[in-house]
Formats: sequence, structure tokens, C-alpha cells
Amino acid sequence: MVASRVIGSLRRFTASQMLRYPGYICRNLTRSSALLTRTHINYGVKGDVAVIRINSPGSKVNTLGRELHSEFIEVMNEVWSSNQIRSAVLISSKPGCFIAGADINMLSACTTSQEVVQISQEAQRTFEKLEKSTKPIVAAINGTCLGGGLELAISCQYRIATKDKKTVLGSPEVLLGILPGAGGTQRLPKMVGMPAAFDMMLTGRGIRADKAKKMGLVDQLVEPLGPGLKPPEERTIEYLEEVAVTFATGLADKKISPKRDKGLVEKLTSYAMSIPFVRQQIYKKVEEKVRKQTKGLYPAPLKIIDVVKTGIEQGSDAGYLSESQKFGELAMTKESKALMGLYHGQTLCKKNKFGAPQKEVKHLAVLGAGLMGAGIAQVSVDKHLKTILKDATLPMLGRGQQQVFKGLNDKVKKKAITSFERDSLFSNLTGQLDYQGFEKADMVIEAVFEDLGLKHKVLKEVEAVVPDHCVFASNTSALPIGEIAAVSKRPEKVIGMHYFSPVDKMQLLEIITTEKTSKDTAASAVEVGLKQGKVIIVVKDGPGFYTTRCLAPMMSEVLRILQEGVDPKKLDSLTTSFGFPVGAATLMDEVGMDVAKHVAENLGKVFGERFAGGNLDVLKQMISKGFLGRKSGKGFYIYQEGVKNRNLNSDTESILASLKIPSRPDASSDEDLQYRLVTRFVNEAVLCLQEGILATPAEGDIGAVFGLGFPPCLGGPFRFVDLYGAQKIVDRLRKYEAIYGKQFTPCQLLIDHASSPNRKFFQ
Amino acid sequence: MTSLLTYTFKNLPSTSKWALRFSLRPLSCSSQLRAAAAVQTKSKKTLAKPNIRNIVVVDGVRIPFLQSGTSYKDLMPHDLARAALLGLLRRTNVPKGAVDYIVFGTVMQEVKTSNVAREAALGAGFSDKTPAHTVTMACISSNQAMTTGVSLVASGQFDVVVAGGTELLSDIPIRHSRKMRKMMLDLNKAKTLGQRLSLLSKFRLNFLTPELPAVAEFSTNEIMGHSADRLAAAFAVSRLEQDEYALRSHSLAKKAQDEGLLSDIVHFKVPGKDTVTQDNGIRPSSLEQMAKLKPAFIKPYGTVTAANSSFLTDGASAVLIMAEEKALAMGYKPKAYLRDFTYVSQDPKDQLLLGPAYATPKVLEKAGLTMNDIDAFEFHEAFSGQILANLKAMDSDWFAKNYMGRNVKVGSPPLEKFNNWGGSLSLGHPFGATGCRLVMTAANRLRKEGGQYALVAACAAGGQGHAMIVEAYPK
Repeated sequence: MVASRVIGSLRRFTASQMLRYPGYICRNLTRSSALLTRTHINYGVKGDVAVIRINSPGSKVNTLGRELHSEFIEVMNEVWSSNQIRSAVLISSKPGCFIAGADINMLSACTTSQEVVQISQEAQRTFEKLEKSTKPIVAAINGTCLGGGLELAISCQYRIATKDKKTVLGSPEVLLGILPGAGGTQRLPKMVGMPAAFDMMLTGRGIRADKAKKMGLVDQLVEPLGPGLKPPEERTIEYLEEVAVTFATGLADKKISPKRDKGLVEKLTSYAMSIPFVRQQIYKKVEEKVRKQTKGLYPAPLKIIDVVKTGIEQGSDAGYLSESQKFGELAMTKESKALMGLYHGQTLCKKNKFGAPQKEVKHLAVLGAGLMGAGIAQVSVDKHLKTILKDATLPMLGRGQQQVFKGLNDKVKKKAITSFERDSLFSNLTGQLDYQGFEKADMVIEAVFEDLGLKHKVLKEVEAVVPDHCVFASNTSALPIGEIAAVSKRPEKVIGMHYFSPVDKMQLLEIITTEKTSKDTAASAVEVGLKQGKVIIVVKDGPGFYTTRCLAPMMSEVLRILQEGVDPKKLDSLTTSFGFPVGAATLMDEVGMDVAKHVAENLGKVFGERFAGGNLDVLKQMISKGFLGRKSGKGFYIYQEGVKNRNLNSDTESILASLKIPSRPDASSDEDLQYRLVTRFVNEAVLCLQEGILATPAEGDIGAVFGLGFPPCLGGPFRFVDLYGAQKIVDRLRKYEAIYGKQFTPCQLLIDHASSPNRKFFQ
Repeated sequence: MTSLLTYTFKNLPSTSKWALRFSLRPLSCSSQLRAAAAVQTKSKKTLAKPNIRNIVVVDGVRIPFLQSGTSYKDLMPHDLARAALLGLLRRTNVPKGAVDYIVFGTVMQEVKTSNVAREAALGAGFSDKTPAHTVTMACISSNQAMTTGVSLVASGQFDVVVAGGTELLSDIPIRHSRKMRKMMLDLNKAKTLGQRLSLLSKFRLNFLTPELPAVAEFSTNEIMGHSADRLAAAFAVSRLEQDEYALRSHSLAKKAQDEGLLSDIVHFKVPGKDTVTQDNGIRPSSLEQMAKLKPAFIKPYGTVTAANSSFLTDGASAVLIMAEEKALAMGYKPKAYLRDFTYVSQDPKDQLLLGPAYATPKVLEKAGLTMNDIDAFEFHEAFSGQILANLKAMDSDWFAKNYMGRNVKVGSPPLEKFNNWGGSLSLGHPFGATGCRLVMTAANRLRKEGGQYALVAACAAGGQGHAMIVEAYPK
């Protein structure tokens, strides 16, 4: 495979280049022996320009690992020592990827921070050599250029990028709990200015090519090409290379200056940055903002600020030293391990483990144009799926259609798509009140009201009109799929697809298979979910599946804590400071009291004491007064259009007061309150794995973080058990069990983990 | 077996032309004598189809094509169209009353004359009983006008149709902004002073920003020249190739002009100005001069420049289309038959200007011809890069298989038969009027050079294309 690729490129090289440069025939011959020993880099010469093509074998992406690094150094040394070569072009042969970043596995394999520091320092040295190269080096970027890839690119003298949607530049290290450790923290501020550099490194945001050009991150753009005499992707890379070679020659001839003209605003900003006082103010402000947002739970952003500051205030030697050391420290933190675990889990949940379905879903139908139904329709038409949206009444249908349009139009406002693309995407949607066209549907997703009778009714109606192969998926948060499928003529085609609200924002999709669901049905559902851009966990059927079942006991505890007289605002701040993105009381308001009551009753019947906690009368009384939560404008809080600081709903407070439970001082410290919530969540999650609802702990973590907002810095309930220690969690549970009862009884699997400390969910 | 033989023999008389053609072809095909042979022997079959009327173009004219902003700049589109119609009347002497119907193509719509065909016809003195309509299909608008006429005659609705096109790019409809328009319309409806004042109070200075007609493709937001540059790059057409082709176009146009071959031109006395007698955009330059120009669209490294693109042009053209029997009955000697035609469309982003590559094999197949049967090619030249990309696409098996759904390539037209009297790059390209020029140049070339078939093809905004077979009328 590798050999053939090398030979193939050799052939291309000879065909196109030899005629023009007869002098290079012998060069190729002498070089070919070296070529064959390299696996990641293929290197040729066009005129006096060295073209270095990166193509890691056996992978869709290039990652900066040890092998690639050493081959790269070898090639660069040849470039620098050769008299014939005056400049170089650095390009990837992979469509859609320049370099996706450093090899994460290489970092995970390190056991001490010294090892990581060493990796960082090696990369720093290499990139410094690039930066100081007297022969200009042009980075030709097509596709993702992230992390270490970007650090490599900004060490070059010139950057040319394709103006393609796939071309994204960014420093996402912070999302993995680390920092750009190959000189990025030092070079980026010089290149794009301190504010923009902070923004990139602290948010990890990807930057599209046209924006990158405006920021000064790349020097030239190349338009992607359509079909010509070769496939578009192939020719685009070739064209990018051709353009890069002309620029490399121009730079070597000094006809092109690598310095770009700065605009007025940019000049003013850089002037302002030269004033120490202004810089101090910026550090302060950025730090404040970071502290506020991370609540001190994430160490990486603060270290990034620190390293940038060191470099600017104390010179680059100190900066590089600080960068590599902090990089080493961060790579060893729990947070970074948690975040990297999530990254791996996410990659895993972006694959279809059931393989390709027999029949691709091309026609989708969604029943119910409510918030969920319309949301599902939106993410489907967005990916060019022909979608029917059906509801019972015209006003409901109209509301749903408007929601889809608004969702697409918001993308236009953000300039993610053009208005023309919006219109053509919106044309994929057919709104209707009847079952016309269902005879062509490959999949029907129902999102009608959560009522078993109603679900049975639509299932029967749908089965009367759809073709045999059509999958019936139910979007429900708690009704067991097996019960819904009970009235089906073809239960092997029935599956659960639990979306999260708002569908276009929440990444998770929980797919629920019953014992009767066929493998092909599951494959279809996962395929559709992946097309819709979802991260997918597949779980077994059971009351509340996985996500709802984990959330319910926590919500039950929330009610109890509120009944004990804790202020909802305080509870919110306790949960957010633990790392939850949304406070617990606010979350109740978002979910809605009616839904919460419905779920609590249903699951309470099945699980009994383990779901005990708060008194459901609180919910009942709130519902009777119309305090359904955010959707009705009142819940624990009062919601008003345009009012940011919302107030507590005093009526709810009096309901809580009337149902007050005395609090126990031995379990009511702030920390206790936090752990009462989290341990119940974690215990239930582990029980789901024990019972086989969950197939893997990785899916459990992804489901909890992406669906329920479990703190990402903890990596999910299972990673949390591993990192925090199963014994400590069991101890906590035992303590609360003694006070409150069986709802805190730790499950067997958790006890097993506690009793054998070497046992981990993630090895 | 015997029945098969007798059948063949029985049909021999009618297939003899075929036989002759096949026996002669190998002799003439690859030799330089081929053109001469075609002149001497009327060897090819004709494309007449049973039960379908033969349609002829009696003659056609155009006013000189001028660069925008020159002699025509104070006129309106219907003025140009009227001049072309009057020229056609004078050239053909057709009685105005004999014309059953008029169709014109145009792209930039003058709002005052949205049905420009009718205004021009009335002004030219056609009977007010002769209906007229206007069509628009970007750069193939007058092709659409002609094929509309062909279809009307073929289906027996009419016998005599005038088709043409007009374009005046010296003046374009610049509008008030939508906000301003809305305010003005609301003001119209406002009844009381109070209502008017409250409307006026909403006025903002940015309402006055004018709205220009779109230069970019509506669906993709990309300017055509930009797309042409990408197309050229996709087919690896170099800057030098493009400049050479543009130089060829200008040189050939100059030669044709000097030799008086552009006989479709009619003089036009512009009110208040001198009589315009010839195209004014033909300017053969040198490769060195052209190489100095900077890229016009993809800067700084693109290959499409002002010198290798067609320029903004004012002009109009018209042709007289009739049923063959009608033309003969009226005593005409038509110039050519208008035969099979087709329209194609493809991806407006990456294949915006590849219409000719798609349309050519399709129309040849329809007519039962091959590339070798064509004696004259008249392709619309939007950009050098676009023409060369189309030629490369037609010459690529890979492209034919992967994008056109064909097993083999159709082949590239030989350059010695290609746009021999110049093209849109040098003669100019009034969007709505180019199609008739292509057809008349094809017909005139067949008469002059002695060929039988010509192939006309053009690309258009929106990713559309057109091709038509023109057959010489026997002398």
C-alpha cells in the first residue's frame, strides 16, 4: 500500500516534471532509495523548490507523532543542506486534512510530566529551526490545520490555504485540557495580535480560511476547484501545490514579501499592545473572564494566559520554557485525562458499530411538529434528507415549519450558509396533515405527546401506510420502547431514538434497542443519527433507558434539597460550581414540571425506593398553579422576555415552605449538597452498566456529558469514579444511606470497584 | 436470410447516399483535401426528418457590436433591436405583413420596455397585428428566441418568424434600495399628512444606497470571471494558452473584418452620431503586451485577465426564420437549415461554463452525426479559459465517464474549423444578441468555405448551455 503510493507519486513526478527540468533525473534516482524508507513524507523537487508532501499511512488524517516528526527533521535537513534548493512547500496529500494535531495517544502514553516536557521541547526546537530558515518555507493548507498542525504552519514563512469549508485552523488544545506546546503560545500572539490569539487559544474555536486571511493567520487563499481532468479534491491539492510553488519561488527571489500590510485597526491595536499598562489590563480582564466561566475547574486556560504573559513580558526564552513546563504539568492533570477520555469517547460514538444498513434512508417522516419534531426535521433537512413533517392541525404544523425555517435562517445570519442554500435546504421539508407520501418513507420518527395510548395509535396508523422496510422510531424520554412496540406487526422494525432539546444544539442521540429490534434497524437509526451530526450512544430498553434514568434520581434529590429550604439560586450556584453547565433548579425549569412529574411517577413505580427523595406534591401543586417552568414563564424562577436577571417565584417558594422537610446538619454542607446530587447520578449510571442497559462505560460518559451536562472536567460518571476513586464515592453513599435510606445504597459494581482499587472502567 | 437481402436491396436507393458517404469518407477524412472534396461533392446525407417541416433561416443581420460606453451609449435596448429589425427588412425585403410572429432575447431588462420585442417591432413599423414576446436565458437568450421560432414553425403554428436579440450594457437598471422603495410605496398609500410624516421620520441615510444589478451568480454568489478562472485551473489551462487563444480570436476577427467576411453586419446611423459600420472591439495585441496584465478576478495569481475575457458590449441581431416551402414559395433562396438543437444544464458552481462540452455530444447524437461530419464550429467565447476548458473536457474520457455519463469522449473540435472569423472575445458579446451572430456566422461560413454542417454552441449563466446543428442550404 505504502510502496504503491510512493511509486504512484514518483510516476506523477516523473511525468510532469522531468521534461521541464532535465537536470533532475539523476536527483530522483539518488533520492528514490531514501524515499522508500519514509512512510509519512514524500519529498520531491520542482525546479528549485522542495515539495514536502505529508501522508501518514493507514489513516484519514495526519497527526504529528514521533515518526512523522523524525522524518520531517530528516527531510528538512536535506532541504537546508542542498545547494539546488532555494525554498520549500509543505503540503498534505490527504484531502480534507493538513495536520489534525499532535498524536494524542503519544501524550496519553507518557507517565511523567518530564516525558511530556521533552516532547514539547523537541517540537519547539524543530519549529524554531523552521522559523529561522533562510530558505523560505510555504505551508499549503487544505483541510483541518489544528493544534500542532497550526503551530507548524505558523512557524513557516508563508501560509496559503484553500477557501474550503473543510479548511479550519485552530488551537483546540484547551478543549483537551492542555495548551499549544510547540511554540504556539509564543508565535500566535505575534502573528494575529494578543486579543485574537487569546480568543483562539482559550476557546479552541476553529477559524475558517476566509476569516483566517482577514486575521493575518494565512497570507493567501486558493479557491477549491471543481472537476476537470481529475477528481476535484485531487486537482485542488495539485493546484494548491502549484500556487504554493510559485509563491515559494517568489519569496526566494524576494519578489514577494512575507510581511503583509496591516490595516489601520490592526496598527492601532498593535500600538496599544506596546503599552505595558494596556497589556496588564488585558491580562487582568481575560483572566477575570476565564475565572468566571471556568469557575476554577479548568486549569488549562489560566496556564495559557500565564504562558503568553511570560513570553511577552520576559522574552521568548522564558516563554518557551514556561510553555513546555506548563504543557507537561497540564498533560498530567485529572482534567486533561477526563477531557481526552471524552475526546476518545466522542470519536467512538461517531461510528456506526452496526455497519451500513441494507437500505439507505432517503425519505424520512417526522410525526408531530412540536419543539422536538420540528427540531428533528431541522437537523435532517439540513443534511439534505427529504423530510415530511406531519401534524394534526395547521397551526401546529405552521409553528413547526417556522421553527425549521428560523433554525436555518439563524445559520444564514451567522454566515454559515447563504440565503440561497437556506431556501434549497428548506425545500427538503414537506409539511402536511395526512399520510400522503408515507408509502415511500424509509423511516418514520414519531415525536408526539408522551402518552402510550397516543403512541400506539400513531404506530398503527403508520404501519398501515408505510412500506415493509420502513423503520418506526419513537422519540420518547421515558416510555419503554418494548411497550410501544407491543402493538406493532413488525417489532423488529421498532426502535427508540431519544433526542435532546433543543435538537439542533444538543449533540447527543440516545438510541434504544429492544430484544426484538433487528440489527439492520439499529444500523439504519445510527446511520440517520450520524447524518444528522449526532454523537450516538446505543442502549438497551428499560424504564428511562440510560439518560433519563440517571437524571431522575438526581432531580428527586434536587426537590428534596429545595424542600429542605435551600434557596434555588444557591442550589444553582452549587451545581454550576461543581461543573454542571446549568444549575439544578434552572434545569428543572427547562425540563418542565409536567415532564418531571410524569417521569418521576413512571420510574418511581418501577424502581420504588431507589428513586425516593423529594415529595412529588411539590410538582403537583406547581402544575396546578400553572408553574410548568420556562415554557409557561414561571417555575422556580419567573421568566420575562428581555429580562436577564430573573427573580425567584415567590409562589413556588411558599409551596416549598408548606412542604418543608427539616434538613440534616450532618449532610447539608455545601459539599454534601453537591455530592448528594452527584453520587446518586453516578450510582445510577454504574447500575445501568451493571444491568447491561449500557454496553460500555465510554458511552455512559458521553451520554451523561453531552445529554445531561455532567461536568466535562470530570469526564463523565465512569471517568469520575476512576479518577476520584470508587472507595470515596462508596463511602459518601454509605454515609447518606445511613441518613436518608435506600436511595443511596451503592450498587454492586461500584462496591466491586471500591474493593479492588486496580479495577478501573478505563484501563 | 434471403428476405433480409431483398430488404436491403429494396431499400438501396434511399440508402445510397449513405453508402457513398461511407465510401468517400476514408479518402478525405485525414487529408487536407477534405474541405475541397466537400465543396465538390454533395456527399453527406441531409438531416431532413420525415413528417417534420424543414425550417430555414432566410438571412440574418446584426448591427455592429460596440464596446459599452461608446456610440450606442445614449440609446435604449429597443433602439438597437429596432435597428436590427430594420436592417433585416432591408436585407431580405420581406413584406412586414408576412411576418407572423417576433421573438427577441435580452438579459439586462430595461424596466420601461420589459417586452422589448414588441416595442422594437412597433417602432420598426411592423404591423400592430404581429405579436411579439421576449425571452431571457442569460447568454443564450437569442438562441432561445431562435429555437422558440423554430418550434413555432415546426409545429405548424406559423410560417414566418423573426427572431433576434438585443443588449445594451452601457446603461443598466440601478434601483433604489428595498427600504427606500418600500417607503416610497407606503408614502403613496398614506392618506393623511400625519401618516406621511411618520413614514418620513423613519427615513435613514442608508436608504439611499443604490442597488446594482447582480454581477454574481444568484445561487452561488460567485462572479462569472471568478468561476472561469477556477474552471481554467481545474482543467490546467495555463495563462499563456489563454492569451494565445485570445490573440487568435482577435487576429482572425481582424482578418475577417479586413476581408469583408462579416457580411451579417448592417450599418446603423446613430441619431446625433456618425454611422456605425463595423465592430470596434477587435484589437489584436501581442503576447508580451497581454502578459503584462494583472489577473482580473483571482488575485494575485489567477489566469483570467481583461485581455482574455469577452468585454461588455452593446449590440443587436435578428434572423428571418421560415418553413422551407414558404420561403421557396416567396421566392427566397435560404441560407441554411436550422436542424437539431438541445439545451443542457449542470452545476452552476463548478461547471458554470461547461455547457458546450455537455451540449455538443448530445446534439451530435440527436442528429446522427460525429465530430468529423462538422465543417464549421461556432462556439461562444465567454473567456479564453472557458473555451479551452470546454475543449479539454470534450477530449477527456475521464470527464465523459464521470460527469457526462458517456463511455467515451466526443473529441475536441479541430482548431482549423473553429471560430475562424473571430468570436465573442474579439467581436464582442452583447448577452442577448450573440446567439443569432453565431448562427449567421456559421451559415455564412458554410457558404463561403463550402461545408455542409456547422455546430453552434454556447454557455450561459446559471450553468446552462445550448447547441444547434446548422446545415447549409444546397446552392
